[in-house]
Amino acid sequence: MVTRTEKRRWPLLLLIIPFIATLLPFLYNSYQPELIGIPFFYWYQLLWTILGALVTGIVYWLKA
Amino acid sequence: MVNVVALSVFIVFFILVTVLGFVAARWRRGDLSLLNEWGLAGRRFGTVITWFLLGGDLYTAYTFVAVPGLMFNSGATGFFAVPYTIVAYPLVYLLMPRFWSVARKHGYITASDFVRDRFGSSTLALVVAFTGILATMPYIALQMFGIEVSIAQMGVPVEAALIIAFLILAAYTYTSGLRAPAMIALVKDLMIFTVMIAAIIVIPIKLGGFGNIFAAAHTKHLSAIAQGTTFRDLLTTPQAQLAYATLALGSALALFLYPHAMTGVLSSSSRQVVKRNAALLPLYSLMLGLLALLGYMAIAAGTGVTSQPAFHNYKANGAVPSLMSWAFPDWFAGFAFAAISIGALVPAAVMSIAAANLFTRNIYKEYFRPNCSDREESTVAKVVSLVVKFGALLFILLVPATNIINFQLLGGVWIIQTLPPVFLGLYTNWMHRWAMIIGWAGGMIAGTWMAVANNFASSVFTISLGNVKIAAYIAVYSLLLNLVLTLILTPVFRALGVPSGKDNTQPSDYEEEGLAALPKEPLMEELA
Repeated sequence: MVTRTEKRRWPLLLLIIPFIATLLPFLYNSYQPELIGIPFFYWYQLLWTILGALVTGIVYWLKA
Repeated sequence: MVNVVALSVFIVFFILVTVLGFVAARWRRGDLSLLNEWGLAGRRFGTVITWFLLGGDLYTAYTFVAVPGLMFNSGATGFFAVPYTIVAYPLVYLLMPRFWSVARKHGYITASDFVRDRFGSSTLALVVAFTGILATMPYIALQMFGIEVSIAQMGVPVEAALIIAFLILAAYTYTSGLRAPAMIALVKDLMIFTVMIAAIIVIPIKLGGFGNIFAAAHTKHLSAIAQGTTFRDLLTTPQAQLAYATLALGSALALFLYPHAMTGVLSSSSRQVVKRNAALLPLYSLMLGLLALLGYMAIAAGTGVTSQPAFHNYKANGAVPSLMSWAFPDWFAGFAFAAISIGALVPAAVMSIAAANLFTRNIYKEYFRPNCSDREESTVAKVVSLVVKFGALLFILLVPATNIINFQLLGGVWIIQTLPPVFLGLYTNWMHRWAMIIGWAGGMIAGTWMAVANNFASSVFTISLGNVKIAAYIAVYSLLLNLVLTLILTPVFRALGVPSGKDNTQPSDYEEEGLAALPKEPLMEELA
């Protein structure tokens, strides 16, 4: 079987981004700014469910 | 009082799902007397089916009942489930394709099969299998509990209804194997998404917007401070922040060590399917986050929720069914209860299959009948899947409800102790088999001890070092102890000349794309 010779490793480093963004609560532990009445703490993390998926999607697309 | 309308809708959907469960046996027909077919559905699921199956499998009654209940009771801390299911997927992307490749190459059906081959140790494999079964049992019981709270809200006798649900589940899992939950997962997910979208639109409108919902949570926060209780709508102390982060990280590390998650991964048809799903599954995490907010909506609804039967009997764990009854007409509430209950049946089925695979492959065949035929192997797995579910049923009927969620907490502490051989083992065989066994034992004992010392009331343990207080998830402490023991004892065992096991895998086994000859299926054809 032919393995893909262009396989890249570096995009895997991008996978660390969701960890930094969501596992350091002091980054987002506040009420303000609110979005449609939802405190920052809550909508920021909800937003990261989508951003986290995007990061993984980009890594896949970069063929890591 | 029995709610006839809700119950009728509930029963209609249960019948639909039961029929599907039996029909599934004929779906992409395979020889169900082989464990590979019964327990992994022939490893043929493409991206779409795997997405539904894993989504249906990982997002369980814990998501629909326990997480909103935790938000209702404890506030912001309960939201850790969101970062948990965000960081789980980068880990999946790194680890699971390697696991898929080596399992395909060597025909592994369980993580324990892999550990046995990788470290040449049947004892270590037994430890992994035992832990997997042990951690799965209370998780299945939690699924039954999810069904119980929904049934209670309809005013139906709980025991009788649970036994019926159990019999249905047991019968179609026995005949159809993994095909049944995979097919039902499609229905489950459509139902859950429908309920979620309706809830997230209708309930905030009824309550006057998200501003009012969070204002109610903040009022509860202020009165909790005044009364000295623990509800907070933000992480108000450094301890709470560390606890939050470790709960998220520890749960994420544990998630794909659970046998039912592994089974979902191994039933997929290629490495690419696994990778694509690591990017697509977080859509469920968004749903989980929105469902978590139902806990706050239940707070805002006030006596509208607290006066309902499910809340009366199950307190915060009855918050979601109670909220559904308060917010929706009976027929839609019945639909929502069916969604929650079917949502619990799918993971319960996969969990019992995964536990049965472990028992059959790594205990029965390994220790009792090394020469058993393929047919016998599959028969034993079917019977064990019944025994496992029956055990969970007894558990739910005999053990008080609050303890069930606590046992599930212990399940997470236990399963994470298999991380060194399973996850680290995917990258290196450096660890000595006996070092890992001792590390496992240390982690199991320390983790269980901390949970007992907490009276099972919390999964966060506080350690005082002089004036500094550290609060973190029990699973993380015990995993650290396990890793330190493994790290220190490996060179010790080497120095003592204790032989390492033979590694039967090659580095290239972890990278292979798998059988390229498999036909590439168009997405929609998968569903046919």
